Amino acid sequence: MKIQTPLTDDVVANLRAGQKVLISGTIYVARDAAHKRIVEAMDAGAPLPLELQGQIIYYMGPAPAKPGQVIGSAGPTTSYRMDPYTPRLLAAGLKGMIGKGNRSQAVKDAIRKYKAVYFAATGGAGALIAKSVKKAEVIAYEDLGAEALWKLEVEDFPATVINDIYGGDAYEDGVRQYAIPD
Amino acid sequence: MREIHYNTIVDAVERLCMGSNYFLGDDVIQSVRQALEREESPTGREILQEILENARIAREDEVPLCQDCGYTVVFVDIGQDVHIVGGDFNEAIAEGTRRGYTKGYLRKSVVAHPYSSRVNTKDNTPPVIHVRIVPGDKLRITLAPKGGGSENMSALGMLKPADGREGVIKFVVETVRKAGANPCPPIIVGVGIGGTAEQAMLLAKRSLLREVGRPSDDPEDASLEADILTRVNKLGIGPQGLGGRTTALAVHVLSQPCHIASLPVAVNIQCHSARHKEIVL
Repeated sequence: MKIQTPLTDDVVANLRAGQKVLISGTIYVARDAAHKRIVEAMDAGAPLPLELQGQIIYYMGPAPAKPGQVIGSAGPTTSYRMDPYTPRLLAAGLKGMIGKGNRSQAVKDAIRKYKAVYFAATGGAGALIAKSVKKAEVIAYEDLGAEALWKLEVEDFPATVINDIYGGDAYEDGVRQYAIPD
Repeated sequence: MREIHYNTIVDAVERLCMGSNYFLGDDVIQSVRQALEREESPTGREILQEILENARIAREDEVPLCQDCGYTVVFVDIGQDVHIVGGDFNEAIAEGTRRGYTKGYLRKSVVAHPYSSRVNTKDNTPPVIHVRIVPGDKLRITLAPKGGGSENMSALGMLKPADGREGVIKFVVETVRKAGANPCPPIIVGVGIGGTAEQAMLLAKRSLLREVGRPSDDPEDASLEADILTRVNKLGIGPQGLGGRTTALAVHVLSQPCHIASLPVAVNIQCHSARHKEIVL
């Protein structure tokens, strides 16, 4: 299924855990240190360097682009480290996240409450994923190096829905289907 | 006494940084191909194919396999008849890291202070260096960039001697279960058993330098590897945690003697981007 950012409630309502999607449009990139700064800015009532309403944040820190490349290798980082910040961002209008690995119960609850979605991209497939990035620019926190805040234009970025608004969890489903009891 | 110059070490480390990050070893590729034949989950098979495709792109374009180009972990065996000249040995490894990560367009993932300012050092230094002094006049450098996602799933268990072999298996399998999708499965499970707490962890990491899937030379360790692998792959976690038969490509065990009171077990999980490259000077 192809989806376009910004995400609307209708699109999010149509997504189910386990479904594969191709995402096109603008996505923002932030990881640990950038999340900390965004939430600190929210606490201080300062303007944010990115639009949250309907947007997707990709948990990623790219490798530097070689000459001729739009972006270096660009696979997802492990999401649970962003869990402490995520419910705040969802409450402020964020609609989607792309990362890899399990989320906390608090995040899963917030996904249901605020009608958002958590996608996973293939961890370690950074060279492959970089091919779907058409434009990339650092928009804030350049001093953080690998952890700066980026804005990307992506075309058919491949991801899988992990947590949907109905409480579905593709990781739990997968393990349930393939686990063999001792 | 054989002399090896500082610059020779710098150049070697620089090349190892780039080579290890661009080129996935044939052993890993072979192991993923074998997993692909066995994998029952259609999603799992797709992911294994993506991993192979990613390795092809990285090799052809000479770009990093993974954006996480890792903490530079360096294992060195120094022959006791080697004399290093022209500069500081540790600085040579650091300078090689600096040059390799900068020239090679590799991501710099090291912060200078771990729990307060966390300012990026911008050149991936300092590296972590493990040195052994061995007989001979050669210098062996093995560079193993280690990503944070899998490293964060490490665990140390100080078991009771009464826990025995089954206790070891349970601890390792439980560590993998808890890690779930986080460390980018399919993984390689490094297990260090014995020694002291810090020695067990080093054994676990060192075990990951072995060619993927080649059993231990010690028959008892080899049998333990096979048993743990079977149990781990029954968990159903599968490629990227989306369900399947291939949670781990291999389990590598290294063991050594320990104290009468102790049974240390360390687990160091390696993601499928199992990078290591070696040079002998």
